[in-house]
Amino acid sequence: MTENAPNLIGQSVARIEDPELLTGKGTFAADFNRAGQIHMRVLRSPVAFGRLGGIDTAEARALPGVIAVWTAEDIADLPQIDFRMTKVQGLGPYRQWCLARDYVRYVGDPIAVVFAETAFLAEDACDLIFPEIGELDPQLDPLDDPSPYMPETMPGVLSEPAVLRKGSGDVEAVFAHAAEVVELELSVGRHSGIPLETRGALGVYDRDSDTITMYGAAKVPHYNRGAIADMLRLPVERVHLSEGHVGGGFGPRGELYPEDVLVCYACRRLGRPVKWIEDRREHFLSTNHSRDQHYRLKAAIDERGVIQALDAEFFTDQGAYVRTHGATVSDLAAALLPGPYLIPAYRVAGHIRLTNKTPCGTYRAPGRYESSFARERLIDAIAARKGLDPFEIRARNLIPEDRIPFDRGIDALGTHVVYDSGKYHDLLARLRAALDWDALSARVAARRAEGERIGLGIGYFVEKSGLGPDDKVRLHFYPDGLICIVTGVANIGQGVETAMAQICGGTLGLPMAGISILHGQTRLIDEGRGAFATRVTVMTGSAVKLASEALLDQALDLAAGRFGLPREELRYRAGRIWHEGGASVTLCELAAEYGGEDGLVAEGIFRSDHMTYPYGIHFAQVKLDPGTGGVQIERYMVAFDVGRAINPMLVEGQITGAVAQGIGGALYEEFVYDAAGQPLVTSFADYLMPTAMEIPPIETLIREDAPSPLNPLGVKGAGEGGITAAGAAIASAVEDAIGRPGVVDRLPLTPERVAGWLRG
Amino acid sequence: MKPASFSYHKPGSVSAALALLAQFGEEGKIIAGGQSLVPSMNFRLARPETLIDINHIAEIQGVSDQGDHLEIGAVTRHATFHHPVSPCPLGRMLTKVVANIAHYPIRQRGTFGGSLSHADPASEWCLVAVTMGAEMEIHGPAGARRVPAAQFFRGTFTTAVGRDELLARIRLPKLPEGWGTGFYEFSRRKGDFALAMALAALKVEGGTIRAARLGLGAVGAHPQRLEALEAELTGQPATPQTFAAIGARAQTMVTPSGDIHGSAEYRRELAATVIARALTRAAEDAA
Ligand SMILES: Cc1cc2nc3c(=O)[nH]c(=O)nc-3n(C[C@H](O)[C@H](O)[C@H](O)COP(=O)(O)OP(=O)(O)OC[C@H]3O[C@@H](n4cnc5c(N)ncnc54)[C@H](O)[C@@H]3O)c2cc1C
Repeated sequence: MTENAPNLIGQSVARIEDPELLTGKGTFAADFNRAGQIHMRVLRSPVAFGRLGGIDTAEARALPGVIAVWTAEDIADLPQIDFRMTKVQGLGPYRQWCLARDYVRYVGDPIAVVFAETAFLAEDACDLIFPEIGELDPQLDPLDDPSPYMPETMPGVLSEPAVLRKGSGDVEAVFAHAAEVVELELSVGRHSGIPLETRGALGVYDRDSDTITMYGAAKVPHYNRGAIADMLRLPVERVHLSEGHVGGGFGPRGELYPEDVLVCYACRRLGRPVKWIEDRREHFLSTNHSRDQHYRLKAAIDERGVIQALDAEFFTDQGAYVRTHGATVSDLAAALLPGPYLIPAYRVAGHIRLTNKTPCGTYRAPGRYESSFARERLIDAIAARKGLDPFEIRARNLIPEDRIPFDRGIDALGTHVVYDSGKYHDLLARLRAALDWDALSARVAARRAEGERIGLGIGYFVEKSGLGPDDKVRLHFYPDGLICIVTGVANIGQGVETAMAQICGGTLGLPMAGISILHGQTRLIDEGRGAFATRVTVMTGSAVKLASEALLDQALDLAAGRFGLPREELRYRAGRIWHEGGASVTLCELAAEYGGEDGLVAEGIFRSDHMTYPYGIHFAQVKLDPGTGGVQIERYMVAFDVGRAINPMLVEGQITGAVAQGIGGALYEEFVYDAAGQPLVTSFADYLMPTAMEIPPIETLIREDAPSPLNPLGVKGAGEGGITAAGAAIASAVEDAIGRPGVVDRLPLTPERVAGWLRG
Repeated sequence: MKPASFSYHKPGSVSAALALLAQFGEEGKIIAGGQSLVPSMNFRLARPETLIDINHIAEIQGVSDQGDHLEIGAVTRHATFHHPVSPCPLGRMLTKVVANIAHYPIRQRGTFGGSLSHADPASEWCLVAVTMGAEMEIHGPAGARRVPAAQFFRGTFTTAVGRDELLARIRLPKLPEGWGTGFYEFSRRKGDFALAMALAALKVEGGTIRAARLGLGAVGAHPQRLEALEAELTGQPATPQTFAAIGARAQTMVTPSGDIHGSAEYRRELAATVIARALTRAAEDAA
């Protein structure tokens, strides 16, 4: 029926987002302004744990230019901030209030909020608020026994909100007859995704319509709209969120935080636009931290080094409160710890522990960066014990192709974990060939003989992407040939506009030039799930494909009616429908004739109950400096099967950026606290994100060998796999260079730690 | 991260700046490149009520060659040294060192005198000053005085410059032709403050060290010149063994303090490494 021009899908076309950004026309949160706006500033707890007494705000309120100063009492009608996604029960008591009540639980906990004519004055006023805080001993180690959460006001509530248990197979029975048992204890440091744009919001209240609009939304505008409306007890139509450009998401940005709610609440109550821009110190104290997991692994292996059973326990230090992500990080860690390996019997207990540190949420590859590090360390330990090379040990343990789709017998985020497609051995062989592994090993051996400390390491991972349940887009085709796709998705810089335009253009055989994507505006479409969990290209992309097909369907019907010819005899190509007999009409003409003001309108809804599972391998070659413990990454490669690459250049960009962040977590970035719970890392002077100087060129081996059967594009998400096994591969390479199996047991690999391991 | 309010003055001469310092007393604070002061004001760690901006004082700008020494005006930018300011070994050495100070944009604003006055233990210019035996020209209500580097640094972030004084110029003695210089620092990332750094200058004849200068920074309250080791180096062969041994000796002479980027013990080990490497580079340069 249809034959199209060269397909846009699969081509490395340039990003349509770029011209605006590169010419300085971007509109980020801080760029939104309204006449008469006032500025909000949050006073934060200076101590890690304490009983909150009276708060003296008199001096602050008396400062000229200060409009209001509120503490928890003043906003008693605002409830706790709820979870966005979690099926785990019992977390409710641990939700954060917008302003601390009874206790402060971390340095940075909001105590009071000031509204003033300028941001400077608001900060001056914060210096004049005097809270009484009875300091208590903080809990800082998640491995210590759970302690009272808020001892006097919530007696009996302890700092372990939940223990997640999953498993399949008879672990006990396997261990009872195991040939050998390998045990490891490992930890991943506390770090997070740090967008270069800090959080921010402008709340505007329209009195006539009693409507609040929050500018500066990101990631999940529709969900947050509903949550804010609920908290403010307003009908959802009276709250709107509007997304501008977003300077990085990575998990933390765009979740619902106290400040977002306060901005919306205050603009209505005070009757003036309220602006809040987070500063960098606040960001480090208050925006979600992540990682910080401790693993205890015990594997039963056979003579060949094949894992027969894995018994795992881990502890996630989730900080002071359970925020919007609920149990997501631990849930995903538990579900994907076994990764690409068969592991017939598996049991895990994931302890969610609260401490007096900044609350944690998800960060790119949540739960998988950590669990991949732990699992691959285990695989390396087994390889060392059995004298096998890193490829051989993995080949022996990987899930064979004929077992896929592979049902792990457990669930993740409320969906059944079924690896939908994959050729795990094939990818391993391809990486080995791409590296010319034997020759590479020989070169490394030669350099070692000269005294250089070189190491090679790999880390295999299985990712998940395309979380449902659904996604909806609306497509408008106008008489002038312009196409507008309206979606509830969000752009956090990942190139969503380009990818969606490619899918639409590719499906309709039309150029991208006339296609625009409207996203992140709750006013324009009533639902949308946003951009998280590497879901957009899978879910929204499939919806765009369906909408494009629906448009074509509608056009063919219209043309058949217009020509008075059977629809089956019509053909379509690049915007034109014709009949061999000579009748012909363009989509533009149809839109002019039949479309109203909105043009021809088609909707696409894509539903999915299962996630898709991309997979890949990281490779690192490192050189250690024995005089300093410094780690230099000489070479880095990622082999990654994404099912189908809509735009290989975007995939490469995702991988490269993610690897850079992965290197950050592996070597540089760590939130450190002192014994009193004071954060020692509150600026970029101490939070060391790698720069261009620290990141080697990243080689990629992008494969499309195992398309997903779960969506019409065959696509799997590519947003996270570039980070997932970075910690694993670098740790493996560093340990190989040190030459003592088992020593590298924690991230980050700071020079001091490496120097210590080198010394022995 | 917005500073507390302050008033601002822009004197055109050293004497005008001194008058403002006298007028505002404890409340007055000099601002040069602002690359250290402004961040601490934004964190409200510093809350000067009055800023005295010395960037517009012509008499303390730029570098002049005074024959046996270079005279560096306090508000000379780091970037001035991106290319050798003098063809002598000292001029070339300053160019090697400057590349390690912060990042390109910061080097366009940050000043030589600001670095010395701020006296960060990991300041490269402070290390240069002590190792090369610089002399600081300090102006105050009682006129000008000269303070040798050995007496200038009093501790972390503390110097001989009083609240009512201003550092105007720095005199750096030149090294004779034939000397080689070497600088080595270790930092977590390119551009970060060093965890340890060393500066060495050697005069080598026929493979034997005839004279040496050696300084160590970022390990201890302020950079220090290691004169005892300079003496030990003299007469020794310029070999890796010598340099490693000197590095090991230095470990026993320093009392670093630790922070989140490195414990005291680790910095002590780094001291040995950076010293051996700076000496190696100096020997290569001399050859
Ligand atoms: C990201 C970053 C990285 C950095 N990395 C390094 C590094 O690796 N190595 C390094 O050495 N520095 C580094 N710096 C600091 C930088 O070099 C500063 O420029 C320098 O320390 C201070 O110089 P300034 O001219 O900016 O002084 P300012 O910030 O203006 O002043 C600093 C202090 O000195 C006083 N002062 C300044 N000039 C005089 C004077 N003439 N007389 C009396 N008092 C005076 C001021 O009152 C103030 O107390 C870094 C800075 C940043 C922001």
